[in-house]
Amino acid sequence: MKKIYPDAAAALEGLLFDGMTIMAGGFGLCGIPENAIEAILDSGVKDLTIISNNCGVDGFGLGKLLDAKRIRKMLSSYVGENKEFERQFLSGELELEFNPQGTLAERIRAGGAGIPAFFVKTGVGTLVAEGKEEREFGGERYIMETGLTADLSIVKAWKADPQGNLIYRKTARNFNPMMATAGKVTVAEVEEIVELGDLDPDAIHTPGIFVQRVVKGSFEKRIEQRTVRQKESA
Amino acid sequence: MAWTREDMARRAAQELEDGFYVNLGIGIPTLVANYIDEGIDVTLQSENGMLGMGPFPFEGEEDPDLINAGKQTITELRRTSYFSSADSFGMIRGGHIDLSILGAMEVSEKGDIANWMIPGKMVKGMGGAMDLVAGVKRVVVVMDHTSKAGEPKLLKQCSLPLTGTGVVDLIITTMGVFEVTPDGLVLKELAPDVTLDEIKASTEAAFTVSDKLAA
Repeated sequence: MKKIYPDAAAALEGLLFDGMTIMAGGFGLCGIPENAIEAILDSGVKDLTIISNNCGVDGFGLGKLLDAKRIRKMLSSYVGENKEFERQFLSGELELEFNPQGTLAERIRAGGAGIPAFFVKTGVGTLVAEGKEEREFGGERYIMETGLTADLSIVKAWKADPQGNLIYRKTARNFNPMMATAGKVTVAEVEEIVELGDLDPDAIHTPGIFVQRVVKGSFEKRIEQRTVRQKESA
Repeated sequence: MAWTREDMARRAAQELEDGFYVNLGIGIPTLVANYIDEGIDVTLQSENGMLGMGPFPFEGEEDPDLINAGKQTITELRRTSYFSSADSFGMIRGGHIDLSILGAMEVSEKGDIANWMIPGKMVKGMGGAMDLVAGVKRVVVVMDHTSKAGEPKLLKQCSLPLTGTGVVDLIITTMGVFEVTPDGLVLKELAPDVTLDEIKASTEAAFTVSDKLAA
């Protein structure tokens, strides 16, 4: 069992088909699987359902798949950074299901943990609750949300070992750990592949059982909002 | 004079208490961080997965792996911890965050809030706003008292799609401060030189005036 692949195209070989559901990690452009997105674009696969908190920006990240009209449906919490998204959605080319961010995160966590449904108070009395079972616990109203799984999860981590154990870095962790558990197959792209034993077992964020394929990627890591402060002059 | 953005942020900062874990929304709420009393210890949460958010980085020290919920580059502090978005919203939904300060398009006299969608115009999405108003112990709204067209934003009932129902505890506007109580809205403070008649004329929601202010 060898988990390390030479590049993203090789890591995705045999996994892609039209109409499939893909989970893509990241928050905004932070911690996104840039290499897998590029390889999926090159593969020509289409009619995709993408589960991802956002949809990149015009011309970068998942925005590339959107520009090429490969996405049929998105499950997201926020898509405000993307003009082509707006155009395709308003023209009816693209389906969209909004999920509150925490509900989306928990649906993915639940899917990966074998939990088909759960109750939350998020969204009670709003559009999000429409068509969902509602129940009262301890005098409070809750709505039922379902767990999510995918044919494929593409995640981005900082370091991996040959077993597929993963460590993320800072806020680039975001949705990646849950998505790694919820894909039938999970492909992780990382900045560095280290030797077995080089990762502290106590510090591993995603145990290798959740990761079937690993590839060392190259990353642009584009910044969406570059905010700085001035050094006080001495 | 009615309050400015900075005045509202300064007033909102008075809601922070020593030891609080606080989530600040995008826009005016972000400014609240500039007015936190130096005598109290407050930890800022960023819902993408961070506790202990520091200030913007110095130029040249930006880290693309370190951003806040507004996708802005930030820094870490000695107290910082990172976690997944599932853990982050566990903190939020589970009632572990003491205070959330956020903006709104409309608020009703029952404490309903609408801040994520205008039908027919662009739909950007709710992000974490629905989770925050549902789960955080105390929710403070900071907003202009009226829309750009001069229409009231404090309403009997919200007209826009809701973010949450009966979740708002305090509303700070350009004209004053209202508390949401089981008996309805109570006007607690007026901005300098704003009269009771002026604020009544700009507010659709019913409200009573606190004894302290009426005296």
